Amino acid sequence: MLNRTKMIAGLIAGVGIALSAGGAQAETLRLLTWGGYAPEKVVQMFKAETGIDVQVTNSNNEEMISKLRATGGAGFDLVQPSQDRISGAQGDFNIYKPIDLSKIDTSLFIPSLLEGTKKNTTYNGKVYGVPDVWGTSALTVNVKKAPDVKDYTDLCDPKYAGKVSYRLKRPTLIAFAFAMGMDPFAAYNDSSKYKVIMEKVEKKLISCKSNVKAYWSGGDALLNLMRSGEVVAAMAWDGSGWKLSAENPDIQTIAPKSGALGWVDTFALPRKTKNESAAYKWINFVMQPKIAAMVTAAAGNFTASKGSDAYVEASKRALYQKTFPPAAIDNIKWYPPVPSGLEDMEGKVLDHVKAAK
Amino acid sequence: MKASTTGKLSIYLLLAPLAVWLFTLIILPHIDMFLISLHERVAPRVYRTSLANYAEFFNEPLYWRTFARTAIMSIVATAITLVVAFPISYYIAKMLRGRLKAVLFLLCLVPFWVSELVRTFGWMILLRESGIFSAVLQWTGLASAPVEMLYNDATIMLGLVYTSMLFMVVPLVTTLDSLDDSLVEAGYDLGGNGLTVLREIIVPHAMPGIVSGCIVVFMLTLGNYLTPVLLGGKDSMWFTAQIYTQFITRFNWELGSAFGFLLLGLSSLIVWSGLKLSRQTLSGTMG
Repeated sequence: MLNRTKMIAGLIAGVGIALSAGGAQAETLRLLTWGGYAPEKVVQMFKAETGIDVQVTNSNNEEMISKLRATGGAGFDLVQPSQDRISGAQGDFNIYKPIDLSKIDTSLFIPSLLEGTKKNTTYNGKVYGVPDVWGTSALTVNVKKAPDVKDYTDLCDPKYAGKVSYRLKRPTLIAFAFAMGMDPFAAYNDSSKYKVIMEKVEKKLISCKSNVKAYWSGGDALLNLMRSGEVVAAMAWDGSGWKLSAENPDIQTIAPKSGALGWVDTFALPRKTKNESAAYKWINFVMQPKIAAMVTAAAGNFTASKGSDAYVEASKRALYQKTFPPAAIDNIKWYPPVPSGLEDMEGKVLDHVKAAK
Repeated sequence: MKASTTGKLSIYLLLAPLAVWLFTLIILPHIDMFLISLHERVAPRVYRTSLANYAEFFNEPLYWRTFARTAIMSIVATAITLVVAFPISYYIAKMLRGRLKAVLFLLCLVPFWVSELVRTFGWMILLRESGIFSAVLQWTGLASAPVEMLYNDATIMLGLVYTSMLFMVVPLVTTLDSLDDSLVEAGYDLGGNGLTVLREIIVPHAMPGIVSGCIVVFMLTLGNYLTPVLLGGKDSMWFTAQIYTQFITRFNWELGSAFGFLLLGLSSLIVWSGLKLSRQTLSGTMG
């Protein structure tokens, strides 16, 4: 009997300690982001400085929006969708909260990127996002084995049958439209015009299908295909190509003739964020040039932090400058916000391409 | 009288957690999903009730072709699994005794100690162009160039059969175990050959096991997501992958829910007709 009382007392004490310990370090920032955007080292430095734990969940654009849609914008304190996926999703599902720019140290940002993102993420007169990591969809090419690939449509060259790869997602549709001499962004708000463009792209992608080894879906799958030599040219994120260049100098990232497609991943607040102050602290922390350079090292892409490239490894900077001489940078096509409803149309096209023999 | 009421009450109390679980985790979400499937999006944040999502399925050949393809491939995969698993199960249940029997049964289980994802990646490592089989074929001189064995329907079939094997072997071994050896001997004594004994004695006895194995394998295959997506080629579509796409990459929960209900209807229909054809009842095979 005595033993049992002791045991119960011990249990209660134990629970009490556990609870109070939990209470002492309760502050956490739940971050929904892309792989590499919150490296372990940065998370630890942030904790040392502010005492806030960062809980990182890796995801992609579509999953981020789906997760927030399911909960009406709860479950996370800070999310990082691309800038073109904010105002449309806000219009449809009401999942974000406007950003209070006075709480952000705007002097840390490259002004043109900040202004562009503010403009692109504005919905009903309010700004919903500030820029973080940016990069392009370009071509990753083994220049020894596929010397003639200069633009997206060159992936359909019969010379490289069975040796190319790209994703079956919306960037591919847009890239091919540009390479075929059309301007899909100009047709974004005219659905009948956009439909004509998409129909032409659909035909092209179906005729190109026999050239494709496999449609890649994750970054690692593409790296494997290129490393093993099963694929000699692909449409891919610039960062993947630079990663491969370090292992095999024959594999390079090339800005396509028709222009690389530029994306900017943002910081955005979910509508039911619970720890807003920690979210702002995190933004101001990771945008410091030295920290941003660490993010670049982990994610493989550059950030909107002003002056951070000075701290990035020289070899990485050289690869970037080789892919993007000034003329190629001016030729980058930045994604404008996607009007709602467009994705249904594109989805059908992707399904048709996938089902075609 | 009093004793029987308390007995009943305790049974209800015992069943209550199960009922709550069934209701909150299965019935409630399904009702919600059905209501969502009746929504039609007319403008941002504006929906109206209609059957448009179901109409979309029947008007777009792509969707019902994927649907039919998934159903047919699942039925074929179930049949192949049965044909492969039956001799194995018979061998384990009837030919072996003691420890060897346990070891062999365990061997069927071993692949299931790793997750489905790892198993599927295993097949990818073996079958890809720069993979092990291709290398062996070139080394032995049977092939002069790398051979690509991934990304086609045969590979999907292989993956599906491999994944469902255990779920066929277990019910078959259980039912075959209960078959009295003297019945088989009697069959031979009465002048039957191997084929007639199989047809008249073994298969009828194993029928409940066959049917329950087939139902489980068919359901698992129909709802499989990883195997068709990872092993399938450029044009291989699977209906569950379509549902995933609608929900996650198109944010079109309305169409996704409608697809979910069509899949539920299809699987129920096929299982029901399977039971009718084999003249079995669900309670008879599962009970």
